[in-house]
Parts: sequence; C-alpha cells; structure tokens
Amino acid sequence: MGTDERRLLDVRGLTVRFPTTDGVVQAVSNVSYSLSRGETLGVVGESGSGKSVSNLAIMGLLNRNRTEISGEVDFLGRDLLTLPPSELQKIRGKDIAMVFQDPFACLHPMYRVGDQIIEAVLAHSHVSKSAARARAVELLDHVGIPNAKSRARDFPHQFSGGMRQRAMIAMALVHNPAILICDEPTTALDVTVQAQIIELIEEVKREFDIGVILVTHDLGVIAETANSVMVMYAGRIMEYGPADQIFGQPQHPYTWGLLDSMPTIERRLAALVPIEGSPPSLLNPPSGCPFHPRCPYAFAPCPVDPPPPLKNPVADSHLDACHLPWEKKLDLGGKRSIARLGDAA
Amino acid sequence: MSTHENLVEVEHLTKHFPVKQGVFARGKSLVHAVEDISFNVRSGETLGIVGESGCGKSTTARLMLRLLDPTSGTIRFQGRDISKISQRQLRPLRREMQMIFQDPYSSLNPRKTVGQIVGAPFAIHGEKKARSRVQELLETVGLSPEHYNRYPHEFSGGQRQRIGVARALALSPKLIVCDEPVSALDVSIQAQVLNLLRNLQKDFNLTYVFISHDLSVIRQIADRIAVMYLGRIVEFGESESIYDSPKHPYTAALLSAVPRATAGGRERIVLGGDVPSPIFPPAACVFHPRCPRFHKGHCDVELPLLRELAPHHEAACHYPLETWPMTDAEIYQADGAMRRDKPHLEGAAHE
Repeated sequence: MGTDERRLLDVRGLTVRFPTTDGVVQAVSNVSYSLSRGETLGVVGESGSGKSVSNLAIMGLLNRNRTEISGEVDFLGRDLLTLPPSELQKIRGKDIAMVFQDPFACLHPMYRVGDQIIEAVLAHSHVSKSAARARAVELLDHVGIPNAKSRARDFPHQFSGGMRQRAMIAMALVHNPAILICDEPTTALDVTVQAQIIELIEEVKREFDIGVILVTHDLGVIAETANSVMVMYAGRIMEYGPADQIFGQPQHPYTWGLLDSMPTIERRLAALVPIEGSPPSLLNPPSGCPFHPRCPYAFAPCPVDPPPPLKNPVADSHLDACHLPWEKKLDLGGKRSIARLGDAA
Repeated sequence: MSTHENLVEVEHLTKHFPVKQGVFARGKSLVHAVEDISFNVRSGETLGIVGESGCGKSTTARLMLRLLDPTSGTIRFQGRDISKISQRQLRPLRREMQMIFQDPYSSLNPRKTVGQIVGAPFAIHGEKKARSRVQELLETVGLSPEHYNRYPHEFSGGQRQRIGVARALALSPKLIVCDEPVSALDVSIQAQVLNLLRNLQKDFNLTYVFISHDLSVIRQIADRIAVMYLGRIVEFGESESIYDSPKHPYTAALLSAVPRATAGGRERIVLGGDVPSPIFPPAACVFHPRCPRFHKGHCDVELPLLRELAPHHEAACHYPLETWPMTDAEIYQADGAMRRDKPHLEGAAHE
C-alpha cells in the first residue's frame, strides 16, 4: 500500500487502557497499521470499538496522566508517543490535522468563522494578521464556500451544517498537513450534503497529496472512498487490507456479519441477517477473540487465545484475526456469497 | 385502492409554526413545516416517509397522532375526522395509535423500572393485571420476563429500543408511528430491531408509518413511500417502483447520494447548495433552486402537483425522469448539479 518514501505513519502495537474506579477499560489492544501519502484508510467499527480512541491517542489528545498508552506511533521518523508535549504541540494541527463529527460543537459560537481560521493560521506561523486573513479567505473559497470574503465575517450559526463542516476542513488545511484525520465527518449531515463533503475530502486528498484516516460506522462511505480498510471490534483489529479485498473477499466472520446486517438499498431482503447479541463491555472483554460470544463459527481455541492478525495466503497485504483455518473460511465465504446471490434471484 | 381499507386518510394537511424574527419582533414569520399534503395509510401496510432533516416528516407523524394541532386540513382515523376533536375525545383513540421514538436513551424515564415503563399504558387506561401482560410483552419483543424490575441504564441501546417497542404494543394498537427507530443503533443491532418490527407486523397485523432519513432502511421495511422535501410530498407510491425508477429529480439525487458497500462505479448526482429555509420557501416548485432539470419560467412559476406517472406511482414534477439511472444528457440538462465518477478504489489520481 505505497512505497516507503511515501509512508507517513506507522502505528505498531498501540494499546490504550483507561483505569477507572470500576476497573480498567481496555479501549484499544495491540493495533498496528500504516498510512501513506495519497491513501485513504477507512476505520470502521461499531460504537465502542476503539476507532476514535486510537486516533485521539496518535494525536496526543488523551490525558497522559489518566491513560496508559503503549506501543509506537512513528510519524516521519519520530515516535509521537514519546515526544514531549511541547514538541507534539508543533505537529498537532500543523502536520496532522483533525476534522470532527459535530461541526456545531467544534466552532466557537461567539467568534466569526474567519477569525477562528485566522487563529489556526497564527497558531503555527508568524505572519501578519492580514496575511492570515487572506489565507483564511483563500481556504474558505477553496473548500467551496460562496462569497468567501464576506462569509468569513459570519458567525457559525449563519452557516448550514454542510458549510460548517467545510469550514472545519478549511481550518484543518491551513498548514498543508501531511495527515488529515476525519472522525465521522458526515454522520451529522444529511445524505445529499454527505455526498458533497465526501467529494470535498477526496478532492483535498488528491490535490494536497496527503494521507487521510476516515473513521466511520458507515460501510457505504468507506466503500466509496477508502483504499484500505481496518475493521475494528472491541478495541482490536479484526480485518485489515485493501478495500477491494475487504469488500470483495472479506475473511473475518465479524466483517461478514457487518456486511450482511447492513440494510441494502439495492433490493428488499426477505430478512436481514443481524449479528446476534450486543457488543461486549470493554471493562470485561470476553477472553480470547472478543467476537467469539457472537460468532456463529466459534470453536475450541476462540475463547482461549486472541488470534493475531495473520496474512491471507493469497493477498499479502490482507490481514485477518481469526482462528478459523483458511480453507474453512474460503468455504464459508463462498457459501455466504452464494446465499447473498440466491437472495437476489 | 378499493380493495384496501384505509386506516388513516390525510387531506390537504398544513402546519405552520409562528416564529419571531429580528430583535424587535416586527411581526411574525411562519415556518412552513408541512404544506398541503394528502395521502392515506392502508390497513396492514408500512408507509415509509423519507426525507432530509427539516423536510417535515416528523411533524407529519405528530400531526397524524394529534400530538400537534394542524393549521388546516383533515386527518381521518378509521373514517372519523380527528383533526378538530378535543383531547378528551381523543383519549380512547390513543389506544389505537402509538409511537416509537428515535432515541432509546431519552425516551425512557431513567427513574422507572422496565415494568413501570411498559405497564404505564395499562395504568393510564385503567387496566388491571398488568404485570403478567407486561412480562408477556417483554418476551414478545425478545427480552426476558426477569427484566421487569430492572432500570433502563442496565440495557444496551438495542434492548432499550425493544422496551420502547413493548410499550407501544401494550394496548394492542392498530397504528404504530415509528420515528427513526433504528437511527441511533449500530448496524448489527439495527437489523435485529428491523426484523423484530417486521415479525410483529405479521403477528399482530399492525400498520406502520415508518419515518427515516435512511433510504436503505426504508427499502427494507416500507410497502409504499412518501418522499418529502421542504414540507411537501414530492413523490409517492409503491416502494419497488420508486427505488427502481424514481421520477422526481430530488428522489433521484437522494438515491444516487447513498453510499453503497458494493464494488462497481456508478453515476452520482451531487446537488449543489443547501435546503432553503422553510420560513421563505422558494416559489412554485420548492426544489427548483437545486434541481438539475430546472426550466426557467415554468418550474419557478407554476407549482407542480402530484400526478400519476406509472401505476401506483405519483410525482410532483413538470419534467420527471424518463430513464434511470439518468443518462449524461439528462444530468447535464441544466447546470444545477455537478457530477462525478466513483474514485478508483486504488486511489490512482484520475482526470
């Protein structure tokens, strides 16, 4: 997924624990992935799967006094987890920028949109206020805000949801970041506006040649934008690989479950196939593979050891963490797609 | 429609909310939440209402249950006009119509036990021996009777939504209005609740009005669909017909905007701009400022009415779609919309 000189980020063995009075929340366990320029990494999972926390950890946005973080986050040769806060401050918002889910909560309601972007410009560069203003207007124009110059003087409440999210993206782009992390960027938006924002993120990625981490629970959004996909469950990676592999030949029973339970717009299904049960508490995650209590194919080793993500014997870059032998999965996966096709007929 | 009995008939229903504008409140403005809509709900069917935020779908549902009073128009429930009757007269009818809400966290009182929550309808309508019936209901929706004395916080989102369903079922209603019942749930749980709703409909011969912004969910559950935009129904008809060949450009844009988890490219109509304010809705066709098929001098002058364009399929458009998926020529007919191809999965820069 990209040659080494285009590699931006290498996360190895990232583990995040939150000690609480009720016990230790095992939010993220032994997660490894990488990101290159021009790549969109889709991170998909249900609520509580650790998809947001892993990004907050690499951004250094978790309180280090209350969180146990281990592993390595290599960003262009520097380990972000051991960097002193002052150094991290220089990277955060400059080289790695973030767009959050709720554009209503992320803009200060009492400051003009333009002024908030100017503040972001001045945070990392010593330019004149007027130069910063010019940059802010340029970016607002770039992300498709009409009459950017006058709209920069508007307050956030005068913007619609989609425009606010555009303004957030403009703010993230002020210092030409290398990585843009988008955490559920379209979840709060209507579907027609969602289409506009997805399009904008793709354009920005191509134009600035950056790496994008797109966190969402929506498999459809991932399928349309991501080059590689990481499926998370209970803080662990279940499956990780190129998008066409994950959607074309998914190997993990959890991914099967997710794909099958998604209501499709293509046709009316006789019955949806839900994953029975509900996601586990991360205070006491199940032993072994965290998915085993809900997995229809669980067998002897599943409740005992957590399977490490292993390489798919066919596609080198496709990993999945499952005890089922490869031949068995091939067989089950084949039956699954036959069942889906039968449904279409 | 002659073979079907209509459970609910809505005619020319309109709801305006007054709002104050400006610091000195120089006269009131009106939010045109629902504007002159007519439809009916057949006994035993699921009518889906779909649209983006602010299109009036929830207001429509609340009007049908008389949780809001209409500005004008009539609502007939089982043939009886309920649009003007008093709350006292409404009360016996309330047994027949229930509601399931979107947020399973805020729609259950955290200080009451599950037994009290699900038993409340019995208490209100003065029915005895509620306990055993509540326990039966809990089993019906896939919970255990032992959950009777637990509190809502002990349940996951999906289980809470089941509690909401049990409460709605308590008085054996005829009509259940489901307002975004699965939007707050994870996909794996969504499917569980959708299956439950489908099975209950069969078992208890329920009629649903199912509101959602999610077109995939609506496709799985609705028999007929009303697509709303800015307070008006722009397309109405059999679900299969609408999904297979939408006639209104707005429906087409909605359908093409839904991201799909399947490989393969397709055309997408990306609408420019945002939904206009319902305080100052556009003249004539409310969709004309964003419409890719806009014809100046017609769409902005004459209001299109719903008309039948295919069997059991109506749309309110002067220039309905002829083909689906739209051809390039159709999409480019006017400059209101942009178009893009699906980016290649491997991320190779294109164009």
